[in-house]
Amino acid sequence: MLRLDRALYEAIVAHAKRDHPDEACGIVAGAEGSDVPSRHVAMVNAAGSPTFYEFDSTELLALYKEMWAKDEEPVVIYHSHTATEAYPSRTDIGLANEPGAHYVLVSTREHGNSDGPVEFRSYRIIDGTVTEEEVQVTDEPGEDHHTQTASA
Amino acid sequence: MAIEVRIPTILRTYTGGEKAVDATGDTLAALIDDLEASHPGLKDRLLDAKEDGQSDLRRFVNVYVNDEDVRFTGGLETTLNDGDQVVVLPAVAGG
Repeated sequence: MLRLDRALYEAIVAHAKRDHPDEACGIVAGAEGSDVPSRHVAMVNAAGSPTFYEFDSTELLALYKEMWAKDEEPVVIYHSHTATEAYPSRTDIGLANEPGAHYVLVSTREHGNSDGPVEFRSYRIIDGTVTEEEVQVTDEPGEDHHTQTASA
Repeated sequence: MAIEVRIPTILRTYTGGEKAVDATGDTLAALIDDLEASHPGLKDRLLDAKEDGQSDLRRFVNVYVNDEDVRFTGGLETTLNDGDQVVVLPAVAGG
């Protein structure tokens, strides 16, 4: 199960809506081994595409170095699908390289950039096997977390 | 001559769980051969055979030498020196 603070949930949804019709992508980092997502980092989709996403390679290194320095790991890796359902594509499954992460898919196909509900689903992807899990959005005031945007 | 190579989680099955290992080589290609000698199987996860029989870095594997993506510094021919830091990171990508 993925437990996610409401502020983080809303930040991910807002990012997906903002970047529609291109795919949005990013992570939520958390303390290593905690399985608690706490620090949202919206990444630039270097592919700038409605059907593909890729973190820019220089930003990817900067992101990981920052996480290593803070003893964090990517607890959530998210991206949006803008014309299809919130289910991992074959490409998503083939390129899933963080066996410890929750892979979150948001579909903006219904309302695009506008207000309105989105599909928000989470999966484990390990050795090519996809397992969907429950998403619990929590309303307790969380610890100190904030959204930041990756800088180029 | 030792060069520290940072190994991503997904490839630590080849390094007995180690986050970083030491290797040697004058070029990235030589370093990867040296890694393969001590951690068999790793090379195949980093390199792809091309049509002409040569190998190249896999499209969705990023390798950095001293924070520079080797795609911009000569790929497998990138020169290495004692004390360099090499980081391997799988791309975060999908469709």
